[in-house]
Formats: sequence, structure tokens, C-alpha cells
Amino acid sequence: MAHGPATLADGWVKYASRWIFTTNHKDIGTLYLWFSFAMFILGGAFAMIIRAELFQPGMQLIEPEFFNQMTTMHGLVMVFGAIMPAFVGLANWLIPMMIGAPDMALPRMNNLSFWILPFAFAILVATLFMEGGGPNFGWTFYAPLSTTYAPDTVNYFIFGVHIMGASSIMGSINIIATVMNMRAPGMTYMKMPLFVWTWLITAFLLVAVMPVLAGAVTMMLMDINFGTSFFDAAGGGDPVLFQHVFWFFGHPEVYIIILPAFGVVSQIIPTFSRKPLFGYSSMVYATASIAFMSFIVWAHHMFTVGMPIAGELYFMYATMLIAVPTGVKVFNWITTMYKGALTYETPMLFSIAFVILFTFGGFTGLMLSIAAADMQYHDTYFVVAHFHYVMVAGAVFSGTAAVYYWLPKWCGKMYDETMGKVQFWIAFIGFNITFMPQHFLGLAGMPRRYADYGLQFADWNMVSSIGAFMYGAAQILFLFNVIRTITHGKPVNDPQVWEGAEGLEWTVDTPAPYHTFEKPPEVK
Amino acid sequence: MLKRAQALFLRSLGALLALAAVGKANAESAASQLNMPQGVTEVSQAAYDIHMIMMWICTVIGIAVFGFMFYVMYAHRKSRGAVAENFHENLLVELLWTIVPAIILIVMAIPATTALLKVYDTENADIDIKVTGYQWKWQYEYLGEGVKFMSELRTSQDEIYGREPKGEHYLREVTEPLVIPAGKKVRFLITGNDVIHSWWVPDFGVKRDAVPGLFTSAWAKTDKVGTYVGECTELCGKGHAFMPVVVEVKEQEEYDQWLAAKKQEAAEYASTIGKQWSFDELMAKGEEVYNRSCAGCHAVNGEGIPGVFPALKDSAIALGPVEEHLRVVVDGVSGTAMQAFADQLSEADIAAVIHYERNAWGNDMGDITQPVDVLNYKQGK
Repeated sequence: MAHGPATLADGWVKYASRWIFTTNHKDIGTLYLWFSFAMFILGGAFAMIIRAELFQPGMQLIEPEFFNQMTTMHGLVMVFGAIMPAFVGLANWLIPMMIGAPDMALPRMNNLSFWILPFAFAILVATLFMEGGGPNFGWTFYAPLSTTYAPDTVNYFIFGVHIMGASSIMGSINIIATVMNMRAPGMTYMKMPLFVWTWLITAFLLVAVMPVLAGAVTMMLMDINFGTSFFDAAGGGDPVLFQHVFWFFGHPEVYIIILPAFGVVSQIIPTFSRKPLFGYSSMVYATASIAFMSFIVWAHHMFTVGMPIAGELYFMYATMLIAVPTGVKVFNWITTMYKGALTYETPMLFSIAFVILFTFGGFTGLMLSIAAADMQYHDTYFVVAHFHYVMVAGAVFSGTAAVYYWLPKWCGKMYDETMGKVQFWIAFIGFNITFMPQHFLGLAGMPRRYADYGLQFADWNMVSSIGAFMYGAAQILFLFNVIRTITHGKPVNDPQVWEGAEGLEWTVDTPAPYHTFEKPPEVK
Repeated sequence: MLKRAQALFLRSLGALLALAAVGKANAESAASQLNMPQGVTEVSQAAYDIHMIMMWICTVIGIAVFGFMFYVMYAHRKSRGAVAENFHENLLVELLWTIVPAIILIVMAIPATTALLKVYDTENADIDIKVTGYQWKWQYEYLGEGVKFMSELRTSQDEIYGREPKGEHYLREVTEPLVIPAGKKVRFLITGNDVIHSWWVPDFGVKRDAVPGLFTSAWAKTDKVGTYVGECTELCGKGHAFMPVVVEVKEQEEYDQWLAAKKQEAAEYASTIGKQWSFDELMAKGEEVYNRSCAGCHAVNGEGIPGVFPALKDSAIALGPVEEHLRVVVDGVSGTAMQAFADQLSEADIAAVIHYERNAWGNDMGDITQPVDVLNYKQGK
């Protein structure tokens, strides 16, 4: 154990072996983070193609068939390839250091859960180059468009989803096992940092719903290849069944994405407010109740499918209720800042933007929960705008904040603050130029997943596309800033890094040694 | 350097604002709107009202919350000499901001419920119209009247691909709109033929998924005569953006005349089904029908899309026995995207298109398929 990890100086075989066979939580965290960033760029490239085509009415650059593949792949790659692995990467890096554990509880499974992911996405992306093209039925892949009417490559898609699901389940089991068994003496549940709490709850959500997704795609597989009729009305099945199964997975899925983001923001805001998190225990309870509620609201994605009115009313009321624990969280963050001593480093800027834009997305979410109004919003750009406010300004902004916040701890170098702030403002402005007009487009009647549109939607689409290119450019700056930090950053030696930072990860050396907490720390 | 960047930023921001302003000026009339339309039915009005209530409630809460947040961000800056306090709990405040939002939500739920009840009030309709979603067009059937027709996009491929200037009604025009009378309660029974579509008319506040094997219902009643345009709102394949909904609301008298004419048309068609068409007549008609109903998948040149939709040029079906060809077109091929066209196309259309497929793009069967052959095939089953 005396020698450190292999570096390039040991030769590339050893260096590559280190990454392929690693069981170190920090290495695996790094792999997850780089992989997710690569997927983020890929999914972003798909988005750029979409926005370029929608820059003007008419078909200019691509065919509608390919357009549908782009919207589908953008969704799949961003949700399963970029956002989820990014937070798993953060969990890998941070959870052991936050609870005073030497590593994850199941390090070999940790290696496996990462290394099957690149294969899943290779399979998924390869379909784009196959005869018939990639999946073209939307990331929600409603049957029968994704079964009877799908290109043959749908089987690769199903296989890919299965692998991603297996990876997520293994990752979550690992997190649950780690948090439950490997906390340092004295680290009781109610002393765990909120990031650990949100991830523990998220991991339970994942273990509960990923098998449901696996079930849905398996039923598709059977319908397509083995003559069953789960989703085929002609054979006695029901296409609406697919939607129920899918959204029983899909709604918890959006909380799987956002809960760890809540955790990140709950770590960063206290640091730069120099004040402890307000209402820690209510944050924990709010997270748990949001997680519970996420299981009982799924059909609010299906208000127009023709449910009986009793069903509509139930799902409407249940959905509205989610505003309560979510509101508690927002109030807690703001009150944490109240009477603090605030500074605005890049991670704080992204976190504050998170609070504002996520809350905005929460408001439109509340509007969407009203079934009668949702009949007008449903499947329009209003919905697209809503979920990008919560997913991008929520998950991606908080992920970016997390990288800037912990990067000095990870690599022992400080990022360029000016470049970080420039990136923030380009991203913030670009994001709003992209997605604010999409509210107007949706209300005025533009449906989502449209390769082409009437002339009355031309202006706002153009504005939205300009914003999207701007937001895309900000990500290149992000990549550049991170790489430059690693190669040329100013060394940091202070374990604490940030003046107001609290928690075990800030007690170890900077950069964090390859092995930390081989002897558990004492938590008082 | 920084000054230059700043100037550049301001200039591009200015350009963007100017662009938005120009856009506004260009699109007068009701075109470039920002908000949900109020529409012309009770349901759309109810949706609009609850939408506005929610928006105002959210706006007020938003101003309060963000206002406080911005105040904190300004007043408690470290650079202003703020020193952090250490409190992190306050039971009263925490209870308040749990209970107060819950009460606001309960109050919101009342109008939300009333509005939804209105949407679901589909009883006692004067007219029933069956709406069927096809890839990628709508079929309207006036139940009990014997009137049924397809409504497809009228915008040309040349306009879509920029070879011709786009018309005023780009993607908002159909071959034949749905016609309903003013002042009557019309119930729409909505279903799908192949994949799930969704039938949306914003001005009626009607959006219902068209699910194969399932009927959903919605209703509209309006006194405002006019043309109302909507869209398909459930991803249904590559033609998703190209199957608009157009509804014309006519005065009762005009509607009666229109319906009588449609019935007359149907009767006339039935009487001419025995007519023998010439080779060239069938080719001309067939090309028209093919390009409208088949070329979407099998391509104008009959070569299909490799790996997705089979070619017809040199295909075993087009060059095989005509009975097999009839079977495929009339009944479709189950388990594939090939639909049954029995209800979508008339006998004459089916005959013409089969004839065309057997004799175009170098396919050279030389045989003739007559409408009566199609009728015989259908009845012989």
C-alpha cells in the first residue's frame, strides 16, 4: 500500500491498468465525472443540431426522421449519460470523505458499475450509424411508436438501457451499503452532511425504480421479438399501460436527478454564507417526503391520455402537494444566506442561480400540475421550458457548482476565478435566452418534438437558438477552465480551501491523498 | 480588453433586443402572442382563467421570495462588512412556511377542480364526431351521417424545403378542414389507428391523446364562427410536425348545406364505382394518391428508406400477383408500419395507387387494376 497510484511516468500500460482495474473511490469518481462530461458534450452537440434546425421555419439542415433521432438521443444521453453519472461521480469522490470512510463498501462492484457504462453508451450511439438510424421515438419511448413502428435498432437501445439500469442499481447498492456501514464513529445519521443524506435517499429511489424501467423495456423486447402484446391493442394489450409503467419509473427519475443537486447546493450555500445550513433536520425530512411523493404522482404526465376524472383529480392534488416540501427547501437556503457574510465565488454564483432558476421551474411545475390548464400546456414548449429550468438550471448548474467547489480539494490547484465568473454569466444569460422564450412558444401553441413550425413561432425560435449556442459555448469554457486548473492552476495547500467550509472532506490534506481515513476520524 | 468585451457584449445584447422588436413588428395580428389564448369555448376560457390565477399567485410569491433573496444578497455581503450570525433553526418560522403554502394550495385546488369538471362534462352532445389519428393525417367521421373524410397537410414539400417561398398559412392548412356548426355541443370521440397521436385545438381548450384501441372524449361548443388551427401533440414519427388540425365553425345553415353536399358526394361516388378507368387515367390518379399517401415512407422514387421502409421499385409485391398487392394495401401488414388503407382511401384511390406502383419507376407489369376489383376484394373476404 506504500506506493501511490500509477502515473504516466510508470508507462502507459501501468497507467491504463490503473484506471481499468481501479477500485479506488477517487479514481472511479474521476472516471465517472470525465465520462459524464464527455456525454454532456455529446448530448449538447445533439441539442445544437436541434436548435440549428429550428433556427428558422422549414427544413434546412436535417430530415425530420433524423431530427427525431436527435431529440431522442439528446434526452437519453443527457439524462442517463451526463446528469446521473455526474452525480454518481460526485458521490464516489465525496461520500467516503464526508462520512470518514476509507473507501466505498463494495469497491470491485464500484469498478464494474462504472466500466459497463461506456459500453452501454457505445451501443446506444452506434445505432445512429446503423441502417434504420437510432431510436427516434423520444426519450419517453411511448409504445407502439417504440415497438411495432420502431426501427430494428430499438433492440440495441433496449440492451443499452438494461446495462445503464444495472450500472445504476449497482452504484446505488454501493452507496447505501457505504452510508449504512462505514460511517466514522460518532457520525450519526443526523450528523451526516446533507449531500450524503440526499444521495442515500436517491439511492433508495434508484433501487426501487430502475427495475421498473427494466421491466418496461423487457416488455417492449417481448412485444417486438416474441409475439406478446403487452402494449399492442390489436393483441389485447394497452398502449397506456406502457405510459403508466414508464412514468412510475420516470417521475422518481426526475427526483433522482434533482435530489443530489439539492445536496450539493446545501453544502455550498452555507460555506459562502459562513453560516450553518438553516433547518438541517427539516431539509432531511423534506427530502424524504419529496422522495416518497415522487412515487404517487406519476400520472400527472398523462393528463391528456383520457383517465377517469377521479384519477385526474387525485394526481392533480398529490402533485400540487409536492410544492410544500420543495418550498421548505428553498426557504431554508434563503434563510441560510440571511444574516450571513456572503461572498460570490463561482460555486456560490452557480448555487444562487440554481435556487432562483429552480424555483422558477418549480412555479411552472405548479402551473403544470393544474390538470385543466395542463390540457393546454401538455406536450408543448412550455413543458420543455419547465423541465429545462429544473434539469439544466437545477442539475447541471449544481453539478458545475460542485466541480468548482471541490476541484481544489481534488487536484490541489485553484481554478481561475475570473474565467469561472465569465463562464457563469455566459451560461446564466445564455440559458435564459434559450429557455425563457420557450415558455412563450408553448403558450402560443408550439408543440414539442416538432422538426418544423408555423411562421408565427419564427421569432422566438430564433432567439432561443441564439441563446442555445451561447450556452453551448459556455461549456467549452468550462472544459478549458477545468483542464487549465489541472495543468496550470495555482497550488492550494490549505486543507480547508474555503474560509467557511465545514465537514470531514475539508480536514484531509489538499490535494486529497489517494487513500484517506484509513484510520476513522472521531466525530464529536 | 475588458472594455472591448463589454462593448461587444452590449452591442450583441442590443442586436438581440432589436431582433425581438423587429419580430414583434413583423408578426402583427394574433400571430406572435406570448400568452395562452383565451379561445372560444367555455373549456378554453376555464383553462385560461385558472392559468392566469396560477400565474399571478406564482408571480406574487416569486416577487416576495426573490425580493427577499436579493435584499439578503445585497445587504449581507461580506465585502460590506457583514459578520455571519450562527442561528440555524426556528421552529415557528419553519412551521409557518410549511403550513401557509399548504393552505394556499388548498385554496388553489378549488378553482382547479371546478375547471377540470368542466373539461369532463361531455354528456348530452348534439353531434358526435369520431376523430382518428393516422400517420400523418386526421380522419373525421360524422357518426350517423355517413360522412367521413381525411384531412391532410396542404403545404407543399417545396415550401417545407425552401424551394418555394412559404405561404401565409405555412403548416397551418389542410386539404379538407373539419366543419362544425356554431352553437351546438359537439363531442369528439378520439382514437388512433397506428401510433399514439394527440388532437389539439388550443382555441377550444381540447387536447386528447388518440390512442389505438381506446376512445377518449372531449367537447366544444362555441358561437364564434371562424377557422381554428391546432396541432398533433404526441410524437408520432417523422410526420409529427406535418399533420395540423384545422376546424371551421360555420353558422348552422351553412353547416347543413355543407353536410348535405358531403352526403351527395358520397352517394355519387358509390354510383360510379363500376366505371372502367383507362391505363393513363389510373396512372395520373395513382401518382397523385401515391405522392400524398405513400411517398412519406416509400419515397417519391419508390426506393423507400433503406432499413426502415421497404422499396417498391423492383419489389416482390409490386411485381407479384395482384391479389397479394391488394392484400397488403387494403389490409396492411400487421406488426409493421404498413397500415391498412381500406378505410383511409376510396376504392378508386386504392386501385389507382396499386396500378401506379405496378407500372411506375421501371416496374412494368402492364396490368390494370380497377376500382371494382378493390371492391370485389374487400367484399370477397
